[in-house]
Amino acid sequence: MLDPILLWSGLINGLLQGSIYALVALGLTLIYGVLHIINFAHGSLLMLAMYGVFLLFTNFGIDPYAALPILVIGMFALGYGLQRVLIGRASHGRDENILLVTLGISIVIENLALFFFQGDTRTIDVPYAFDSIEIAGVFVAIPRLIAFGAALLIAALLWLMIQRSDVGRAIRAVAKEKQGARLVGINVDHIYAVSYGIGIACLGAAACLLMPTYLVYPTVGHAFVLIAFTVVVLGGMGSFPGALLGGLLIGLCESFGGLFLGESFGQIGIFLVFIAVLLFRPSGLLGSRV
Amino acid sequence: MRTLAIIVLFGLVMAVLPVFGPTDFTLSFLTLMLLFAYLGQGWNILGGYGGQFSFGNTVFFGAGLYATVIVQVQFGLGPWLGLAAAILAGALVGLFIGWVSFRYGLRGSYFALVTLAFAEVFRIVANSVAITGAGAGLQVPLDPAPANLQFVGRESFYWIILALTVASLLLVWQMERSRFGAYLIAIRDDEDAARALGVDIFRTKLKAIVLVGALTGLGGAFYAQMFLYVDPHIAFGVAVSVEVLLVSIVGGMGTIFGPLLGAAALHLISEVARETMGNTPGLNLALYGALLVVMVTFLPKGLFGLATVSAGRLFKFRRS
Repeated sequence: MLDPILLWSGLINGLLQGSIYALVALGLTLIYGVLHIINFAHGSLLMLAMYGVFLLFTNFGIDPYAALPILVIGMFALGYGLQRVLIGRASHGRDENILLVTLGISIVIENLALFFFQGDTRTIDVPYAFDSIEIAGVFVAIPRLIAFGAALLIAALLWLMIQRSDVGRAIRAVAKEKQGARLVGINVDHIYAVSYGIGIACLGAAACLLMPTYLVYPTVGHAFVLIAFTVVVLGGMGSFPGALLGGLLIGLCESFGGLFLGESFGQIGIFLVFIAVLLFRPSGLLGSRV
Repeated sequence: MRTLAIIVLFGLVMAVLPVFGPTDFTLSFLTLMLLFAYLGQGWNILGGYGGQFSFGNTVFFGAGLYATVIVQVQFGLGPWLGLAAAILAGALVGLFIGWVSFRYGLRGSYFALVTLAFAEVFRIVANSVAITGAGAGLQVPLDPAPANLQFVGRESFYWIILALTVASLLLVWQMERSRFGAYLIAIRDDEDAARALGVDIFRTKLKAIVLVGALTGLGGAFYAQMFLYVDPHIAFGVAVSVEVLLVSIVGGMGTIFGPLLGAAALHLISEVARETMGNTPGLNLALYGALLVVMVTFLPKGLFGLATVSAGRLFKFRRS
């Protein structure tokens, strides 16, 4: 029988890791829910944001948490521009073309990163990286705790924005009925770009919360993107509470899978859960359109 | 008839090409291009004609690749049995994935994601169990002899993959004219309407995915004999899955020559990118990605669509 303290630490680690997955998945679920596209560029845009945090810290000494507003605004602008100028225009409304365009964008970003930064892994050295507190016998790094809290907060803010604000109402209208939304005077192209921008802005926030404890390298996005898709499907495409719940579940799944089956084989639990959800409950746990 | 003539002409021209003494580099280039034209045709049958987008075709490729190598290395049997095992393994994996996902009616991006997840499950398993050599992979001992399906010159592999590619073109040409092909296209265009007209959706999709599995598994066997090595990343990584759908979509999906055109264009683009950017890591692939975006922007229906684009179509997408 396993030591209860191991299970307890598995639970905490799973929840903390899961909140990171949820952060990455929040943007993806918005983009999927509104634009109905599978955003292949998600992982590489996260990587880009992480390099942004890295550069701000090393060149200007800006603390990752202080960089959060800069990154969120910058990534929103980038996302808005990408959708308005490139993805929307190049895709001609065909799903397979959107797929190709986002794939092309991710190839470009990843390889430019490889060119500028080589394949080396980079980290930033913040004084509080190893600060930790003890929760019933398990030590927890404070930056990871902050990321956990921020994930909850961001999910709540996004949910509020979608439910209560005018932009949110417009986004929901476009997601439900594009033509109808256009008829009542909503600028559909603008709303698409805003949705994409918000989705990418989430990555900016995720990058700031990740960098104190993570490292960055040009293909770092790969580790997140497949899991983010899993989270999105598990939670229900387009649902923020779903993405949060899905992220935490996947984190637990990975943590306990690793505990019982070993580090690399334990990952299989994630994908088996994913396949089971796709087969038996494809609308996800909290499935509802944005 | 014109299609058949083009296929035969293509086969003949390409077949006599090695006589003119191309460099090893050219032959390798053409061999890989044809391999992806062939693998892309597999994706095209299910994705282009059947409308079932798979993001995980590497699962069939990897199954064939591992089957060929495992039969030779772990069981000490010959490569011919390995070949049979590859086709069987690809078809069985296709049957399994198809049965599970089509039984539960997965469509569109859900089907795409489930294939991606299956590929990942296979990768993790291949990375962890002993029979596949785990993370280190397996190597087939070098013993060049035609009986071992190992050849010294590059021409032999070139001709083999050319034959496979031509066979795949003929197969799709026949499929287009068959009842099965008509069912498949009907499902792509409107699944509910097809069902209402009495098409057995489940059986047709299952047939298609088993066919794709077998074809792609054979492609994996070809790769095994050419490189004599397999590891979980080559077999079940995302690279093959992405490239097969790229060549089909770029070339024009749901067309006989789409994957071939796409493979030729993409391999040329990547070669041009390499030439212009030199060996700086990153820049050549960045250019490749940029060209991909440009191509999609200006040729939304793929290269093959260039020939078939009509004025009405032009207006249609300008409006949307």
